[in-house]
Amino acid sequence: MSRVLIAGAGPAGIRAAETLAGAGLHPVVVDEAARAGGQIYRRPPVGFTRPPEKLYGSEAAKARALHGSFDALVAEGRITHLPGRSVLALRDGVAYVLGEAREEIRHDRLILATGATDRLAPVPGWQAGGVYSLGAAQIALKTQGVALGRRIVLAGTGPLLTLLASQLQAAGAQVAAVLDTAPLRAQLTGGVGMALARPLVTLRGLRLRVGLGRIYHAGVTLERIETDESGPTAMVWCDARGRRHETRCDMVGLGWHLRADGTLADIAGARFDWDRAFHQWLPRADALGRAGEGLYLAGDGLRILGADGAELAGQVAAIACLQDLGLPHPEPAPLLRQLARMRRFAEAMACAFPWPDEAIGRLPDDTVICRCEGVRAGDLRNTLPLSGPEANRAKSLGRVGMGRCQGRYCQLAGAEIIAAASGRPPSEVGRLRAQPPARPAPVGAWLSEAPTECEAEAE
Amino acid sequence: MSAAGFSTGRLVRLAETARAPVGFTFDGEALTGLEGDTVLTAILLSRGALRASEFGPEARAGFCLMGACQDCWVWQEEGPRLRACSTPLAEGMRLLSAAPAQWPARSA
Ligand SMILES: Cc1cc2nc3c(=O)[nH]c(=O)nc-3n(C[C@H](O)[C@H](O)[C@H](O)COP(=O)(O)OP(=O)(O)OC[C@H]3O[C@@H](n4cnc5c(N)ncnc54)[C@H](O)[C@@H]3O)c2cc1C
Ligand code: FES
Repeated sequence: MSRVLIAGAGPAGIRAAETLAGAGLHPVVVDEAARAGGQIYRRPPVGFTRPPEKLYGSEAAKARALHGSFDALVAEGRITHLPGRSVLALRDGVAYVLGEAREEIRHDRLILATGATDRLAPVPGWQAGGVYSLGAAQIALKTQGVALGRRIVLAGTGPLLTLLASQLQAAGAQVAAVLDTAPLRAQLTGGVGMALARPLVTLRGLRLRVGLGRIYHAGVTLERIETDESGPTAMVWCDARGRRHETRCDMVGLGWHLRADGTLADIAGARFDWDRAFHQWLPRADALGRAGEGLYLAGDGLRILGADGAELAGQVAAIACLQDLGLPHPEPAPLLRQLARMRRFAEAMACAFPWPDEAIGRLPDDTVICRCEGVRAGDLRNTLPLSGPEANRAKSLGRVGMGRCQGRYCQLAGAEIIAAASGRPPSEVGRLRAQPPARPAPVGAWLSEAPTECEAEAE
Repeated sequence: MSAAGFSTGRLVRLAETARAPVGFTFDGEALTGLEGDTVLTAILLSRGALRASEFGPEARAGFCLMGACQDCWVWQEEGPRLRACSTPLAEGMRLLSAAPAQWPARSA
């Protein structure tokens, strides 16, 4: 039997595993989290008591279905779940995995379903402790039952902005302002396309927005986060009519929709293209997610189509894998039609909630771009005469993208700054190449212990 | 004031408060979290920050909470660092906002 390894147990990885198990294979699923579910359906630790309805709202039934299906397959011994482990590197059919110990997992085929991270644009002052990503605030609420501050300002754009604000309010947190950098005009134009593709989902989002009332502002410009040694103290911003405001707070959440995490795809040898609709580099794959010899991609790590799209993409990638193995498989056509609708919705959403490229290009020289090492916009601009307008060379000389986050949170903004300073589009600035390990790993783990060898197939 | 900043908590518990207490120390001071807390949650309920930044004046308190940014490392008295956002709190942990004086004790 062929050994299939799946990295990521979110909606995409779970549906992929289920489809393979349905065809009689025994996939191995590795995920960093202690429990399967991924980002949106992330589960709190055992012993927490809020029901899915409280954690996932309108999506509770989907969460129950995914968790239930995965847990049942694990219990029946039809898939192997290796939780609490990160895939750090991939080479010649071996996945180098680190959990409490180091493991090497041999496999014939690999499905990467590693999802996305928040997409961040720098705001002067965002290096302060107490500034978080929007996703962080949602994870804290969902899996720990905590708010990350007493008086919260959320800023950025995208569906998570309003969703998180309503979730925090419902849980009893104080949200002082929700500052959307997307102009109302863009939201209306994009909104029409969204409503055509997925009317109910669009209506649900609109209802959440209306529920926020007067704390929500569209078309804002974020000027800076005021800070003292304790962290943020206020957000200074301009409304759509250019009036200046200062909103007191002790926590700021920032996020501009999502960025596909292509680290493992890159290490596995996938190629990348600049995607104009999503305004980021995305891995190249065929309609079913084939990205190389024995390599399949699915979910938000391939295209940011949301959780429902990720479920479909997971099934489709598994079908591609079954086709390549010459095994009987479900018919992909109906799934591909649904995926096309998800894509229309996601592209309209990208227009409704645009990435603030021009504002980033204009950031003052003293704005920190790399939060890991405090590299400023001016430092990056000053390296350009030496490095030329190429992201990887600018990184080696200017260190933007060199820090601990491995460029996850600065590389898109860094590209905009290089692009604006050199008068070319960000697509021509180039993409930062990912390097193993996908997560920083203690050298000791590599040197001291001999790895456990596993085969990605338990039978 | 310790390197890890002011001493009121940054986080607020909104739910799930009926869990067993778990004792630990942070910079030598005895603190209590709840079973199921991450190290980050437990520290930031009593403190404003996890540690000082190596590259600027600001404090560090985590950023992504999903293991992607590596902003949340804290030290243990026994040496190796922990990623606070994704490490569950355990009874008796002895955590530090800065590297212990003798680190790195074990040369690889
Ligand atoms: C923080 C956050 C919050 C979100 N909240 C919402 C929401 O409320 N509503 C909504 O509709 N959408 C939300 N989204 C989007 C939604 O989560 C995604 O559309 C959906 O979860 C995508 O599913 P996926 O299976 O592709 O990836 P994910 O659900 O992201 O799952 C990826 C999995 O891969 C694992 N992983 C990643 N790298 C590695 C590695 N190197 N080694 C091992 N495992 C790895 C991760 O631990 C994770 O469990 C959110 C996204 C993020 C990032
Ligand atoms: S807060 Fe980002 S890795 Fe822990």
